[in-house]
Amino acid sequence: MSIDKDKIKHISKLARISVDEKKIDSLAKDLSSIFKFIEQLKELNTNKIEPLSSILNEPLRSRKDEINDGKIREKILENSPIKNEEFFVVPKVIE
Amino acid sequence: MSDISKKSLTEIVKLIKKKEIKSEELTQSFINNINKDKKLNSFITKCSDSALNKAKEFDKNPKIDKLLPGIPIAIKDLFCTQGVKTTAGSKMLENFIPNYESTITNNLWNEGAFLLGKLNCDEYAMGSSNETSFFGNVMNPIAENTVPGGSSGGSASALAADLTPTTIGTDTGGSIRQPASFTGIVGLKPTYGLCSRWGIVAFASSLDQAGPMTKTVSDCALMLEAMAGFDKKDSTSINKKKESYSKNLTENIKGLKIGIPKEYRIEGMSKEIDKLWEDGKKILKDSGAEVIDISLPNTKYALPTYYIVAPAEASSNLARYDGVKYGFRSSKGDNLIDMYENTRSEGFGDEVKRRILIGTYVLSSGYYDAYYLKAQKVRRMIKNDFDQSFKKVDAILTPSTPNSAFKIGEKKNDPISMYLNDIFTVPVNLAGIPAISIPAGTDNKNYPLGLQLIGRPLDEQKLLNIAYAAEKKINFKQSLNRWWEK
Repeated sequence: MSIDKDKIKHISKLARISVDEKKIDSLAKDLSSIFKFIEQLKELNTNKIEPLSSILNEPLRSRKDEINDGKIREKILENSPIKNEEFFVVPKVIE
Repeated sequence: MSDISKKSLTEIVKLIKKKEIKSEELTQSFINNINKDKKLNSFITKCSDSALNKAKEFDKNPKIDKLLPGIPIAIKDLFCTQGVKTTAGSKMLENFIPNYESTITNNLWNEGAFLLGKLNCDEYAMGSSNETSFFGNVMNPIAENTVPGGSSGGSASALAADLTPTTIGTDTGGSIRQPASFTGIVGLKPTYGLCSRWGIVAFASSLDQAGPMTKTVSDCALMLEAMAGFDKKDSTSINKKKESYSKNLTENIKGLKIGIPKEYRIEGMSKEIDKLWEDGKKILKDSGAEVIDISLPNTKYALPTYYIVAPAEASSNLARYDGVKYGFRSSKGDNLIDMYENTRSEGFGDEVKRRILIGTYVLSSGYYDAYYLKAQKVRRMIKNDFDQSFKKVDAILTPSTPNSAFKIGEKKNDPISMYLNDIFTVPVNLAGIPAISIPAGTDNKNYPLGLQLIGRPLDEQKLLNIAYAAEKKINFKQSLNRWWEK
């Protein structure tokens, strides 16, 4: 499948990555060649094959729902680019 | 003591245990080498002062019954280290200082080691040449302007150049084994779930696995012993008894069956790689193993499958970088969505963006079945190929890479040719099985080439034993002119 400009704009919106207008063409070219490469899989008949999402034989463990590392608000906030007292700050969402 | 930095980890541990060398002296000799690292660019963060303090602390009260007593170790900058910047090679995490320690590094420190520094890598471990790092190219100590491979390129370069006695990397599609092959060192990707992923910056969670990068196979066994173990904080960690890989290491591989998969003889493979493989077969035969031809019919579909599965998981994992809780934040954008989009556009490099976009697309409505689900099915076929083969053989021998180290810039503008570097390493990650790369020879430029041994799940001991037997017979020696110090 070839990836065109519109498709790039659509995907970049979904991925929340703004793409520089000047770079769209070369990006479309790269992605088209990558998709051509991965579409080799179409040659294979996979009708009776179960998809594999984890190579582990056993199901994922669940843990007890209990607090074991609480009271670390300050630690968590330390790496925030912009904070105000005990809150993360984001641009205004509601007018 | 002269040239302590050139010795293997196993030798160094012995000297420390016999009290023939102090940790401070050892650490200082590596720091002296690290201070001449500028041209290699293998370090992102140096921890010389804290390492020296730890060494002095160790010398005051040496606990020599540990696996890694008083050993300074520099690690890939993908492992979170408490209080020490962890960048993942990205502008996004340029100033990120974790408040917690990854399980794997914690395991190393519990065995007596301490942090010497953080090593350069491809951005978010996405790359095969270390050219995608925000902190610049790393050079291969074998020759100027040559890539060390990737994504654990800084780890491979630093170890080969004697800037750390041992190191660790992560391997999602070959990121330990390919740079190991390019720099003439040993690199092991363990069974998925053997080493905890907790505290490692995530790339593709069903494929990511940490492993040792070392000068010798004995070193590799020792490091794996220190790293491996159940961790309840990683839901995919395997709960099994710890093994003494280094104690149980033996070169007796008589009667073991080694498979040679015909599909790995790819079109256009150089005669040198072919000869390396033939020599490898002969060496294993001479050691008493039986060599058998096998078939892994779906090998050619591994790389296309990987380039669906890995970007899909990456696009999901990297959704967390939104400029709010940690990491880089763009100053542009008046509303929340614009801030997200600008942050991610300015914070991620081109290759990372490319993979997020591929991943987003293959998971998007209308395309999920055609790409992602299809890839998951082919992934099972690839795993089945290995399962079938391991009914007949104990391990599989292949070349580690289709070529030796290349020049910086040579493949940068052609993603497919860059991706093809991992053609022999990727199938192993898809199947979740262990594989080791050992230095086995050189090409006509005198650049190192590696051989890969692939094993059954959790059969690391056998893999290490075969590698150990091969290593003795190969007797690979690398002499570097240390051009970067001039």
